[in-house]
Amino acid sequence: MQFFAEVLVGGLLAGIMYSMVAIGFVLIYKASGVFNFAQGSMVLFAALTFVSIVEKGVGFWSSLAIALAAMLVLAVLVERFVLRALVNRPPITLFMATLGLSYVIQGVAEMLWGSQVHGLDLGIDDVPVYVAGISISRFDLFAAGTATVLVAVLALVFDRTRLGIALRAVADDPLAALGVGIHLERIWAAVWAAAGAVGLVAGLLWGARLGVQFSLSLVVLKALPVLIIGGFSSITGTIVGGLLVGASEKLAEVYVGSHFGGGIENWFPYVFALAFLLVRPTGLFGEQAVERV
Amino acid sequence: MFYREAGVYGPSYAFDLRILRLREDRVALGALLVLAFAVVPFVGTDYWFSAVLVPFLVLALAGIGLNLLTGYAGQLSIGSAAFMAVGAFASYNLTLRIPGLPLLASFALGGVFAALTGVVFGLPSLRIKGFYLCVSTLAAQFFVEWTFTKFSWFSNDNASGVITAPPLVILGHDFGTPSGRYVLTLSIVAVLTLIAKNLVRSRVGRSFMAIRDMDTAAAVIGIPIFRTKLLAFATSSFYCGVAGALWAFAYLGTVEPHGFDLNRSFQILFIIIIGGMGSIAGAFLGAAFIVLLPLLMDNVATAFFAGVIDPGNLENVQKIVFGGLIIFFLIKEPDGLVRLFLIARQKVRLWPLSN
Amino acid sequence: MTSEAGVSTLPGPILEVAGVSLSFKALAALTDVGLSVRRGEICAIIGPNGAGKSSLLNVINGVYRAQAGTLTFEGVERPFMKPRDAALAGVARTFQNIALFKGMSVLDNVMTGRTLKSKAGFFSQALYVGAGLRSEIAEREAVERILEFLEVQAHRHAIVRTLPYGLQKRVELARALAAEPKLLLLDEPMAGMTFEEKEDMCRFIVDANDALGTTVVLIEHDMGVVMGISDHVVVLDYGQKIADGTPDFIRTNQAVIDAYLGVAA
Repeated sequence: MQFFAEVLVGGLLAGIMYSMVAIGFVLIYKASGVFNFAQGSMVLFAALTFVSIVEKGVGFWSSLAIALAAMLVLAVLVERFVLRALVNRPPITLFMATLGLSYVIQGVAEMLWGSQVHGLDLGIDDVPVYVAGISISRFDLFAAGTATVLVAVLALVFDRTRLGIALRAVADDPLAALGVGIHLERIWAAVWAAAGAVGLVAGLLWGARLGVQFSLSLVVLKALPVLIIGGFSSITGTIVGGLLVGASEKLAEVYVGSHFGGGIENWFPYVFALAFLLVRPTGLFGEQAVERV
Repeated sequence: MFYREAGVYGPSYAFDLRILRLREDRVALGALLVLAFAVVPFVGTDYWFSAVLVPFLVLALAGIGLNLLTGYAGQLSIGSAAFMAVGAFASYNLTLRIPGLPLLASFALGGVFAALTGVVFGLPSLRIKGFYLCVSTLAAQFFVEWTFTKFSWFSNDNASGVITAPPLVILGHDFGTPSGRYVLTLSIVAVLTLIAKNLVRSRVGRSFMAIRDMDTAAAVIGIPIFRTKLLAFATSSFYCGVAGALWAFAYLGTVEPHGFDLNRSFQILFIIIIGGMGSIAGAFLGAAFIVLLPLLMDNVATAFFAGVIDPGNLENVQKIVFGGLIIFFLIKEPDGLVRLFLIARQKVRLWPLSN
Repeated sequence: MTSEAGVSTLPGPILEVAGVSLSFKALAALTDVGLSVRRGEICAIIGPNGAGKSSLLNVINGVYRAQAGTLTFEGVERPFMKPRDAALAGVARTFQNIALFKGMSVLDNVMTGRTLKSKAGFFSQALYVGAGLRSEIAEREAVERILEFLEVQAHRHAIVRTLPYGLQKRVELARALAAEPKLLLLDEPMAGMTFEEKEDMCRFIVDANDALGTTVVLIEHDMGVVMGISDHVVVLDYGQKIADGTPDFIRTNQAVIDAYLGVAA
């Protein structure tokens, strides 16, 4: 029983980490209807930038600031050269553009900062903490805490501030938003910058766990099942989805995967998401689209 | 006047339904085929056969497969490499375990296994529409890759995990030489291209496009939506499966799962985006682009920038260039190289007038 | 029993709708609507915007599923028809917002209308021989006749997306007629057309009804068209039927005047 609980909790906490990456997707999707495949590369780029600057001897907080600034610049460039040119195109076109974008960002990241693995130390050790007799990693708890704060801040922004309303308006109907005077380009740049910042946080946490390397951009793919289960436009959904995906993945790996020599976590979340979609095609918290003929 | 387009009238609908209406086009295609089949095998170098022509043809075939599903039927797929893998491993195991099985039969059966896999992962299309459906093909991608890596039975329990492809022998004739592989691949691809072209201009093709453009209206007309979607998955996966078998047997000479990873799926998607979705010729243009561009960049780099760009970085530059090109094509010409070619041809027609 | 032109010769009305109620969550689109359409007639459904006219057509066709009520088509009563079943039974329709396949040519669009007529199998199509080729030629012939009937032959290879609105509507009608339907449902076929275009469309609809014996149910706002070509008029308002009868009866009916016409038409 204790073993089960440990695996479960470990899975839940890993799931929160997936949620963090997924939040970046949701931000962009909520505000521009674009599924940003490049989110993973952005996470990687942010983490690599931070780590490389730290390695050059710059302090933690200054490096953080520089990495944030880099993400802001990236957001502005993306909005200016990619999003503006693809306004009003069908969503599939935008998705494929972000696919191309992810290749560009990865290439640039690797060219600028090299392809070796970098260690990342956030000052929090991965030591076990004992809660109710179950061993939980202190690092995982820290990550969960960060995620909670992040979600709370984002939920506040979306629901309570004028910026949040503007974002939702733009997501719903860009032309109408233009019609009421909302500055589309600034909103999009802001959203991509925010997604970049979230990506930076996610990148730091993942990087501290796995080391900053290329497989980080594959983490984005795990965020997809999270989004599918939670719905693409709900931040609460990403948390719930992340928890479900993380828990089920770990449990499957330990209890089922051991029969097959492991590696199930490579595909299990996708099959899980698929099964989920068959029962609930728009995810737990997603919006049902009504087609008018 | 050696290219006259006007004044071509036919006495029957059969005349009008031909793939190439103009006699000049048919002559040009005939010349191309003669060149490809009878001239190139004798004048080409081994390098060109093995490193350029064969991968070009195989990738074009995979591109046709993906185009049928994504370009014509509108079902986004990012798992085409998984279906290629199924075709490759199925063909390998069939050739290995059924002695005396003709090579072409093993390719065809490999395609059939791939088609069945495609149908299984296409089943969710009943309930899931649009973008969400790509989860299914993504699941296929990872599941298939895991299966072939995990279960060594597929690799004939080979200790190193690397298998050599069986020899390419048809009716006693050995196609194992570079020019032989080229001719074998060319023949298979030519036949399958013709079949794809036929499908696309007949009822099946129209049903695919109807589902892509507006599936509610398609249902109202009486097109069986689910059956047609599964047919699209099956046909597309068959093509990818045969392409996978050719990739392993005729190009690499080995069958291993990592050559059919997510990057390969993206590569095929890029081929059809750049070449032109919803176009058979587009797959060829896209594949040519994808195969030739890295070679071109390699040569340019060594010729002009030798020593300035170190070879490790070349791959990154390629990534950036490809990603950039995808974005460029999506912005400027979403219908791909095919459309650019047609525009160019139109300009040539009207020259020296401009519009 | 059916004759060659798709005209049904069974006795009784071709379509009967009874007690149909449809709602979307809290919004009641149709409440207890019933009507009866005679074989070979042209029946117009009129009423203010939002009255539920398109919804009624969608229920008949199977695009929407009503919460209550029955449909009797050709003597077979059922609570619901899926769109494909409706098509197989011989119902064709056009849509208010033009549901053409925008990326395909006029010819291909109208050819899709013949999908159910073509029996060729997958492999004969793949090889383009035998039944596959013959079916392709036969369908092409049928389609060309319809294109000629609707005077759109000159545009046969144009991609639909590039055509003007009026022509697109005509192509949609062509696609519906291509299926040789027994019942044709038209949703505002004249919307947005000029006077001449409307005259042409009226002519096509009346000719299709005369020559092919197709029963027509159309939604229309132009009273001149309604009074001019229909045999039978049904009036809907707020999802309910408020009048049902000949054009003469409707034009002077007080309830209809109050709800919709304003003055006697």
